[in-house]
Amino acid sequence: MAGSGRAHLRDDRDDIVLRVEDLVVEFPAGRGRKVHAVSGVSFDVAAGETLGIVGESGCGKSTTGKAIMRLVPIAGGTVTFQDTEISSLSGRKLRELRQDLQMIFQDPVSSINPRRPIGDVVAEPLEIWGKSDGAEAVVDKVLTDVGLDPEIARPKRRHEFSGGQCQRICIARALVLDPDVIICDEPVSALDVSVQAQILNLLEDMKERYGLTLLFIAHDLAVVKNVSDRVAVMYLGKICEIASPDDLYHRPSHPYTAALLSAIPLPDPTVVPDTVALPGDLPSPLDPPSGCRFRTRCPRAGDRCTTEEPTVREIGPDHFVACHFPLVGEPAPPAGATPVEVGSGR
Amino acid sequence: MARRIVAGERSVEAPLLEVEDLSTHFRTPRGRVRAVDGVSFTLERGRTLGIVGESGSGKTVLSRSIMGLLPRTNVERTGTIRYEGTDISEYSQAEMREVWGPEMAMIFQDPMTSLNPVMKIGKQITESLRFHLDMPKGEANDLAVSLLRSVGIPEPAKRVKEYPHQLSGGMRQRVVIAIALACGPKLLFADEPTTALDVTVQAQILNLLDAQQRERFMAMVLVTHDLGVVAGRAHDIAVMYAGKIVEKASAKTLFASMRMPYTEALLESIPKLEYASHTRLASIPGRPPDLANPPKGCNFAPRCRYAQERCLEEEPELQAGADTGHVFACHYPVGTEAGAEALARNLARGFTPAQDEAEVSITQPAGSGA
Repeated sequence: MAGSGRAHLRDDRDDIVLRVEDLVVEFPAGRGRKVHAVSGVSFDVAAGETLGIVGESGCGKSTTGKAIMRLVPIAGGTVTFQDTEISSLSGRKLRELRQDLQMIFQDPVSSINPRRPIGDVVAEPLEIWGKSDGAEAVVDKVLTDVGLDPEIARPKRRHEFSGGQCQRICIARALVLDPDVIICDEPVSALDVSVQAQILNLLEDMKERYGLTLLFIAHDLAVVKNVSDRVAVMYLGKICEIASPDDLYHRPSHPYTAALLSAIPLPDPTVVPDTVALPGDLPSPLDPPSGCRFRTRCPRAGDRCTTEEPTVREIGPDHFVACHFPLVGEPAPPAGATPVEVGSGR
Repeated sequence: MARRIVAGERSVEAPLLEVEDLSTHFRTPRGRVRAVDGVSFTLERGRTLGIVGESGSGKTVLSRSIMGLLPRTNVERTGTIRYEGTDISEYSQAEMREVWGPEMAMIFQDPMTSLNPVMKIGKQITESLRFHLDMPKGEANDLAVSLLRSVGIPEPAKRVKEYPHQLSGGMRQRVVIAIALACGPKLLFADEPTTALDVTVQAQILNLLDAQQRERFMAMVLVTHDLGVVAGRAHDIAVMYAGKIVEKASAKTLFASMRMPYTEALLESIPKLEYASHTRLASIPGRPPDLANPPKGCNFAPRCRYAQERCLEEEPELQAGADTGHVFACHYPVGTEAGAEALARNLARGFTPAQDEAEVSITQPAGSGA
């Protein structure tokens, strides 16, 4: 997987809000070595759309989100937000831009200051931008919108709230400046299933009410599928496959996508759990494999995958894959069962 | 090494583990927190019991209570725990030390913090072998290597000399499993063993536990908040809510004919892959009750769409269902006439009698149309 290329960018559309081209993020690891966190990722997000980014830990999905926010340095490529090239912005211009580009983090509890009352936490973005006039009314409105009673919530501190309520507060804080795009970095992975459903529903409601465009980053394909209009699968800093969620589920073309699908546990005792899970761990991003980065764990890898890196190409309407030997034309593996050919020759 | 319990009056005919009316209460400044409240179950050799519930339902405290891993102060544990017919509920820490390892072992949720960061992996495995089995050093080292190999760690001979930080999260969880399996326990507690891991690694670890369990004919208690994790892997499933078992049945029965509205709600809140995208998820409104001050009547009533006046007054007892071993605690069970009537009544009036306490939005259960 693990391909570069820009075949999936929609140049013909004029409602693209966020466009990332050949994004590269590298971290120095000492002795001249580098962690190749994101290596040539491209995607675009249209207004009102939710783009899901899915992959294992260490695949670079969170780094991609942080790079767009400019929370980590960008080593190469461009990020265009509403016709502004933001990868070279700095100082005041960058900060001003963040009014329209907000982020929700994975751990809702640790992203709230424990010593400040919630009313202040949510009002802080308004204070910073000198919008304190009428701030109270705005704060009350967003708190109500996310399902909290402002009268009760405002004076309390974070330890008086559950994890799900803390995530509601974080969403309120992201909404208070009325942004255009929110980057959600694993917003539900620290929560229970029942609370997860509440937060996912809330995000859908807020998207509608505030006219948001979302970048939804998660490792659970079932969660991503539920909220997204388009899903990008990432592996070791590269894009593997990008398609509509239903297409991705019914016709996964990349062997990695098929493996991810089969790894999801199903709440049905009649389905025998997949016994041929994807073998091994993610290779080290310090020294990624040559050619296709997925080849070391791929059941379909051939010689060509070692020498030549696959580029993203279209294999169906709005369905793009970076693989030399995709699972095209084959029926979707029944969920929970062994994906086609995975395990053969093992 | 003393092996008192092994020599005790344990019997092979008795079930491996019998828990009777177990309660664990914590004394806190806010009052008595009933974390586990009157739980009973039996576990036979080689079987897997899945315990499912939200955070704060008492599932972790339950497994820690049985293992004797509770804090020493401000805790009251009552009830009986019989292991192979012997009552171990009054055992001291020193006596429990003989049980941990060769009899019972536990895998904890977070593989990042359950290993000692300044001790080599090999040493952490051989520690219990040397203590419990009096194994010579060389033999213990060899066994550690083969244990690491059996849990799927590549190059085990090299890994025993490494420290935990040199391994990935999935590999660390494999090491934790190897430590737990080292002395060949008959009963393994796995407390959310995959919650901190990715889905692909989760599948690997669950497959590994499955294989080891079959190979060793070990009984397992698999604690999780995800019904999907236990569905295909546990023989029996117990659903916990507010410190109590509210439904228990074989996995097949539970999914085919669940009776407790809480079980139904938990299942519905899981996003399913086969749903079209942007399907609205059925969430459970509100959150679990404060265990220091539980509501009168049924604990789940404030969040339940089937709730009636009776649920607010009278706490339901566990009653037997049609299938053997199926018990549930509900006045208006799902899939019965009483339940259907209760739901229809609530849908007609648009609220439940519990609505003053929590806002309950009533939704149709999935699959019942409308």
